[in-house]
Amino acid sequence: MNALILSAVFGMIMMFCSFLVRNRGSLRHIASVGLLILLIANIADSYTHTLFIINTYGMLAFSRFGYLFNSIAIGSTLIYVLITGKEIEKYGRYTAEYFTLIFFVLCGISMLSSYNNLLTLFLGIEIMSIPLYILTGSDKRNMKSNEAALKYFLMGSFSTGLMLMGIALTYGGTGTFSLEVTRGGVMPVYLNVASFLEIFGLLFLMVSMAFKVSAAPFHFWTPDVYDGAPSVFTSFMSTIVKAAGFIALIKLFDVRMQATEKAIDWNLLMSIIIVATLLVGNVTAVFQQSVKRMLAYSSIAQAGFMLFSLMSLNDTAHEGIIFYAAAYSIATIGIFAVLVKMKDYTFEGYNGLAKTQPVLAATNTIFLLSLAGIPLTAGFFAKYLMLAALIKTGTYLWLVVVGVLFAAVSVYYYFRVIQAMYFKEGNPETEIITHSFKWGLIFIAAIVILLGIFPTSILNWLYF
Amino acid sequence: MIALLLILIPLISGLITFFTKSERDAKSLSLFASILTLAVSFAGVYSLFGAAQNAYDTTWLSFIGARFSIGLDGMSKMLCLLTGIAFPIVFGAVYGNTYKKSNSFYALMLLMQAGLMGVFLATDCLLFYFFWEIVLIPAYFLCSIWGGEKRITVTFKFFVYTFVGSLLMLVGILYMYFKNPEHSFALQSFYHIRLSATDENFVFCLFFIAFAIKMPVFPFHTWQPDTYEQAPTAVTMILSGVMVKMGLFGVIRWVLPVMPNATAHFSQLIIILSVIGMLYASLIAIRQDDLKRLIAYSSIAHIGLMCAAIFSNQQIGMQGVMIQMFNHGINVIGLWIVADAIETQLGTRKFSELGGLAQKAPALAILLVVMALANIALPLTNAFVGEFMMFNGLFRYNIWVAVIGGISIILAAVYTLNMIQKTFYGNTSIVTDGAMEISTGTKIMLVILVVVVIILGVYPEPMLQLTNDAVQTALATVK
Repeated sequence: MNALILSAVFGMIMMFCSFLVRNRGSLRHIASVGLLILLIANIADSYTHTLFIINTYGMLAFSRFGYLFNSIAIGSTLIYVLITGKEIEKYGRYTAEYFTLIFFVLCGISMLSSYNNLLTLFLGIEIMSIPLYILTGSDKRNMKSNEAALKYFLMGSFSTGLMLMGIALTYGGTGTFSLEVTRGGVMPVYLNVASFLEIFGLLFLMVSMAFKVSAAPFHFWTPDVYDGAPSVFTSFMSTIVKAAGFIALIKLFDVRMQATEKAIDWNLLMSIIIVATLLVGNVTAVFQQSVKRMLAYSSIAQAGFMLFSLMSLNDTAHEGIIFYAAAYSIATIGIFAVLVKMKDYTFEGYNGLAKTQPVLAATNTIFLLSLAGIPLTAGFFAKYLMLAALIKTGTYLWLVVVGVLFAAVSVYYYFRVIQAMYFKEGNPETEIITHSFKWGLIFIAAIVILLGIFPTSILNWLYF
Repeated sequence: MIALLLILIPLISGLITFFTKSERDAKSLSLFASILTLAVSFAGVYSLFGAAQNAYDTTWLSFIGARFSIGLDGMSKMLCLLTGIAFPIVFGAVYGNTYKKSNSFYALMLLMQAGLMGVFLATDCLLFYFFWEIVLIPAYFLCSIWGGEKRITVTFKFFVYTFVGSLLMLVGILYMYFKNPEHSFALQSFYHIRLSATDENFVFCLFFIAFAIKMPVFPFHTWQPDTYEQAPTAVTMILSGVMVKMGLFGVIRWVLPVMPNATAHFSQLIIILSVIGMLYASLIAIRQDDLKRLIAYSSIAHIGLMCAAIFSNQQIGMQGVMIQMFNHGINVIGLWIVADAIETQLGTRKFSELGGLAQKAPALAILLVVMALANIALPLTNAFVGEFMMFNGLFRYNIWVAVIGGISIILAAVYTLNMIQKTFYGNTSIVTDGAMEISTGTKIMLVILVVVVIILGVYPEPMLQLTNDAVQTALATVK
């Protein structure tokens, strides 16, 4: 509850700061402090130090899983603001408003991590999405950014429509918005009309969520939006927000899908989506010329991997999705931090970076290795847990093999960046790189490596 | 403790080498560290500090039951010794070469050594996988930065090939883990897992593809000649001398005892593939005009024989493989040193441009001839013992396999003698006219190798004794 309320409060505070604080640099510091307080409050919450005791009438249910994800989302945002926050100031004079929007996104995320009712799910998704549409178009003078914002908004509205339709149908089928359907204590019979509605409702819900997490074949907005949005916001959207989509989805699957699995083979459906997502994401990423677009497609590919957790839904899957969210977010924030400092986003733009900016190149390499899932980095354990979760179920082993083959494909495009930085000659143009920025990158790289060597200590700490 | 030191010394000295300023510091530090590692591996082989010191075990990833457990048994002693010998020899042989950013070069080499030691020492499967992958990263950078003209694409091919294999192996490891009631990655608990026939065959394929790519055996070998050709020679020495042994080692340690039924099921197919590979690689080697490519193909042929001998499931063949793993490493490193000496001095590796080198560099000629004769397994050289035992095993398995495989010995003689003829004898060419004798450092390294070749050729008993326990373990379950 702390995170939910406080993020909204800090959003409001930032809004007031827009006319109270003259120095734009200090806005970033205020936001960082806010995020830090938010993080502490959330951790305190998980130790039952709740500041706000409000009866939510079962609309929200707070769990360890949710707190854990909140911590990761808020922590990642904090790192994101510390490293790339300065870049936000470049887009017009509405810096405070952008931070406001980020806080509101976090508010949506904390709702998604604890929703217990389809209406709160809808609210959470919308609270999270609407600020993002605005952030996408924040570079007002850039046509690409405007186009991306419009595209995102239209697609988002479309998926919202689907979601509402899904919720309505589910309500029709079960007579309740609550996530946990008791069905009057009787085992449901899945051949009557009501259940038919429920299944269709869930299908609609799944499609709309697939839009949000950009799973194929509902991914087509992703590359254009990620490419068009200012890089600094793409970083936020493609990491923390995306992970939140998965958390919402896994909660839905946990309860509703399992309850209806006798009527419909969700796993088969999911396996088709996974293969399509891995295929589209990985294969298209191979052909990209711009690193930013490559990262957009790679985020689709990574989503394919995260979807493994939805098929297995066991302990390992729950641990895995949390760990994946952390590993993926942190590494991607790092990669984008380097990207926003580059003047040329093409692969050629990175040629020879190791010579001119050794720290940037070295840390970027660590992040890329992590995304590729190489041992000694967090990404390895993220992928490991995803594969382990599915293997544990003992079914769909072919899917695991498909997954690892695509992971090998992903090496191609991630390593293209490493090749450009280390093995090719060139004079990459970068913006001014401060020492504190370099230290920031080293800090993120250290987290990636620590999570890769001692994941236990981190996981144990997270699990209290 | 000894086992831990074998990993820690190269690891820490590697990390320090990254920050050395001058080339001399990097060279001398890495040479010193590698000699220290060699000393420790000798201490391990002879259990100088007591057998209890040869293992180390601590918790690592408690949430999945993976432990940081390493230990030295006969086979790992032998392979750690090979790794221990290879690095100082390589560092000594390339001491005269200059590399741009030499600190990174030597640092990455040492990190690779740490990874290799880890692979041979690990008794926990996840840890094994970890080190297996860690070897790959320095190798990737070493080949891509300091390699030949086409290094980037070639190294990338190498990386992707081996990475695909590794990932499949990871799936296999996870599968075994969940089939294991103890939920542990420990080698001993893997030995007790009993899978259904279908499961076992499935997991076998996952593991074997990873090892087959690494060895490499036909038809998974296509990355190898290009990589050996393009990689800097120092790295090629390690790749062919030590790294390919990871594949053989993996099969003997992690496949044979763990999946005996699947091993029996697939052995015929694998032996046929290996024999095809031996003949095919030997035939291609005959047609090569490039010294490095010739050695690369000859290496495929030799590894093919070892792979066939492993799956022939005969004690004598397996013992032959053990001793040959060591010998092949020594011999191939020797050949690469000669190739490197010729290339750095004359700037070419093409037979068509060489000739008459024996007149200009007689010592090099003598040393090369000994190494080359070891390569074709002439009696009194180390490889004779190994090949004799391996063919003996194959003969017991199936006479026709041994006969067809035996053709590769003749072919090996053809290409090796051809190589000696074209490089060292005949008239000098424009390129070789100005050739000089090789440096004393390189000479010393070659002499050391020649001494090892002859000692093991005459008296292989200690090496056979050393690896006896591993042979027994590997064969106990298969039979």
